[in-house]
Amino acid sequence: MTQLTDLGVMALRNGVARGDFTAAEVANAFNAAVAEGGALNAFIVTTPDHAAAAAARVDADRAAGKPLGPLAGVPIGMKDLFATRGVQTTAASAILEGFVPPYESTVSQRLWDAGAGMLGKLNLDQFAMGSSNETSHFGNVVSPWRRSDGGETPMSPGGSSGGSSAAIAARLCPAATGTDTGGSIRQPAAFTGICGIKPTYGRCSRWGVVAFASSLDQAGPMARSVEDCAVMLEAMAGFDPKDATSLDEPVPQWSAALDADLRGLKVGVPCEYRREGMDEAIVAVWEQGKAWLRDAGAQLVDISLPHTDYALPAYYIVAPAEASSNLARYDGVRYGLREAPAGVGLQEMYAATRAAGFGDEVKRRILIGTYVLSAGFYDAYYTQAQKVRTLVARDFRNAWAECDVILAPTTPTASFPLGSLSEDPLTMYLNDVFAVPASLAGLPAMSVPGGLNPDGLPLGLQIIGKPLDEQGVLNAGLAIEQRAGFTARPQRWW
Amino acid sequence: MTTYRIQGRTGEWEVVIGLEVHAQVTSRAKLFSTASTAFGAEPNTQVSLVDAAMPGMLPVPNRECIRQAVRTGLAVEATINRWSRFDRKNYFYADLPQGYQISQLYHPLVGEGTLLVEADEKAGILQDKRIGIERIHVEQDAGKLMHDQHPSMSYVDLNRSGVALMEIVSRPDMRSPAEAGAYLRKLRAILRYVGSCDGNMEEGSLRADVNVSVRRPGEPLGTRTETKNVNSVRFVMQAIEHEARRQVELIEDGGTVVQETRLFDPGTGTTRSMRSKEDAQDYRYFPDPDLLPLELDESFVEECRASLPELPDAKRRRYIEVLGLSPYNARELTAEVETFARFETLLAETARSSGKGETEVATAVANWILSIAPGVMNALGAEANPAFATAAAQAAILDMQARGDISGGQAKEIFEHVLRSGRAPKEIAETEGLKQESDAGAIEAAVDRVLAANAEKVAEYRGGKDKLFGFFVGQVMKAMQGKGNPGLVNAVLKARLDG
Repeated sequence: MTQLTDLGVMALRNGVARGDFTAAEVANAFNAAVAEGGALNAFIVTTPDHAAAAAARVDADRAAGKPLGPLAGVPIGMKDLFATRGVQTTAASAILEGFVPPYESTVSQRLWDAGAGMLGKLNLDQFAMGSSNETSHFGNVVSPWRRSDGGETPMSPGGSSGGSSAAIAARLCPAATGTDTGGSIRQPAAFTGICGIKPTYGRCSRWGVVAFASSLDQAGPMARSVEDCAVMLEAMAGFDPKDATSLDEPVPQWSAALDADLRGLKVGVPCEYRREGMDEAIVAVWEQGKAWLRDAGAQLVDISLPHTDYALPAYYIVAPAEASSNLARYDGVRYGLREAPAGVGLQEMYAATRAAGFGDEVKRRILIGTYVLSAGFYDAYYTQAQKVRTLVARDFRNAWAECDVILAPTTPTASFPLGSLSEDPLTMYLNDVFAVPASLAGLPAMSVPGGLNPDGLPLGLQIIGKPLDEQGVLNAGLAIEQRAGFTARPQRWW
Repeated sequence: MTTYRIQGRTGEWEVVIGLEVHAQVTSRAKLFSTASTAFGAEPNTQVSLVDAAMPGMLPVPNRECIRQAVRTGLAVEATINRWSRFDRKNYFYADLPQGYQISQLYHPLVGEGTLLVEADEKAGILQDKRIGIERIHVEQDAGKLMHDQHPSMSYVDLNRSGVALMEIVSRPDMRSPAEAGAYLRKLRAILRYVGSCDGNMEEGSLRADVNVSVRRPGEPLGTRTETKNVNSVRFVMQAIEHEARRQVELIEDGGTVVQETRLFDPGTGTTRSMRSKEDAQDYRYFPDPDLLPLELDESFVEECRASLPELPDAKRRRYIEVLGLSPYNARELTAEVETFARFETLLAETARSSGKGETEVATAVANWILSIAPGVMNALGAEANPAFATAAAQAAILDMQARGDISGGQAKEIFEHVLRSGRAPKEIAETEGLKQESDAGAIEAAVDRVLAANAEKVAEYRGGKDKLFGFFVGQVMKAMQGKGNPGLVNAVLKARLDG
């Protein structure tokens, strides 16, 4: 018999709507899975009552014959970067431990309005800064995946949305929210064998999402199928007058228009993503991806994105610069942690609070960001990085003359053991080398599972699309999904 | 133009002044949030989640604040930049919840403009002078620290946090405290005409940072100091005087002026050092990534332009050229919004009730507004009820005077009664006997009586002693208990004596 927790978003929604099972049964099953999944450390707080209450409303509405929302009866995980009214919101930082917002983020509110319930707040890299989920104040998230060597080496679920990826891969929730600043949805999705899409910058409101780098931050869904991502994104996206960078564009019914027939579609393959000494398994899955898309009717074209090599350095100037300013508000004055030893003044309170409240990676990025914005360095770093950003965006614009979507690996490697890179930030940063260009250009991009590497760890394929063409990205993703037949799942050890 | 000079021990010094004026934009909501901007509310009752910089909160520009800044720019004949952008000015302080102020450093909303300071001999401004305006940008105000609420802690009131300010930056074009004062008064008047700032300096709606340097006439600019947050015209002038003298003495004693931020002490009229350039903060300005560039379309700017009222310079010209007022009266009447408003209301009312053209009665109304009415009010002091000084009542008095029914003196007396009692001027004139005799027969009779009783003096007058004319006027007025129409009395006397 199929367990409820093995079902995805669409299956749960349709099952509840048909009366195959109740929303309460679904919520109970997932609440139980979450309770048993403690070893993954995917959740910072669990909210079984929230999930149960949402389910009860759905069951009551169904009994009363009322129309059900598109996510009615689907309990989800909420990355702990989204403010949730009455539920602690921390960005995985000590500086916000105990902070309970009196407001609800636009994206989470839209999900509740669509009938979803919340299983809990998902762990992440602190302030979404990290690619391995090792910078959380609340401890590492452990991937449900292990190498197929029979060992017990704890592996990284990726980051920053590592709680989301681990929980979905482990069937603790059918879907979750993520945020992607420089790959934080796509890289963890790739590491855990699930799907995740970062929509066009401005599709999802940033209102109520703890800011990392405002010009890059974008929320998106993570789930185990392309269709589940589409239906989640339909609920999350939409114009929000409270976010000045929100796009005033209609939200298409992507799930209804999904189509894996790619005849007539041109898929670009960027030569710059083919790197010296690249992991052979990555090369292989990329080749496989091309073959699948060709099989779906697409035409493959070689393209060039000449400024690719400069994207990552530019990202690590722009994102920390914005972060250094965005995180200035965590000062111990109004909310969150305050360290004020007796007799100290304001400056000492700031220093003590921020020294105690921020983790090392956050401090590193604040320092980098402060440095690149300083008088005398601003033009050499920040201005230069903005120019690179413009050139990266132009690369993509030029590419769209030759192709409709771009296929690339999501990451340069599969997941790595926790702790193996934490002393080597530069190698860690390189994890996002394929993800960052699309972020700098604000483009929709998705990761779908492509297969397993020889160690039995998942690999992801990335599809990058034109601005607002989430449909093209999802359709190509669907074509890969259908051909990859990715059914591997982590063996339960937790 | 002024030739204001500081006399130092070693010779003359010229003062160079530039002002950065912070004007609170008149709008119901703050620059990036919907919280109220009303003055005087209980601490922290007008604070939105955005103003308190809660996690995940985002600024959304308030169209009305942008509109007011554009209207202000147009009122000083400035370039409106169709493309501008907000920058973050980063620094830590307890009154700054975001840890940065959203301002506009690189691409301000308003560019170059100009403001006319009129000649004012009394103030030593010998000719009209145009003061350059470099830019106007919009930015957020900070909150307020309260140090007197707790023995060891400071409290923070965020009501002002996020309120929209315009920073209006002049060129260093002023050369005397008087010019700076006149510039500030004129700027304040324009803001109040436009309605983009209430100009209330006591409540902090308008405050100035004063940049001062000194130099030998004709030589390159000296090092400037910036005296922060000076909140009255008088204090601005005092700060300049003190600061210029201090700099002159410093240089003459062999020292050098250091570029620094200074504070003005209104108690002593002096300035003191706050921080020098060396420990100036690095604000790490960069474009605010939460906000898109501000792009204005032609129709928005045109709507702003069309909404502007008649501005002080145009009004002054019209008063002189169309209403025939003296330049002095025109300047006085247009200096303050309240003054011209009272003038124009009374002018219209007087013209209407007397059936005359505005130009015909303008000078009388101007004199009434500028000197006669305030004189009566001041003399009465607390006995006067200003609420009784309606336009209708004053127009009725001016109308009676214009018709010759009452004299100037009677007009004042009637106004006194009005201010005390609120009774109607016509009724006062009747019951208090405050009407002048304009009946030719009555006046002729009185004149004849006076001439008959003073035959000797009549002979002396006719013999060439012209000065006696005043004596006869006095006698006639006395005979008529002061109620004779002076014009008619003069005319009849003249005719009888010289005829």
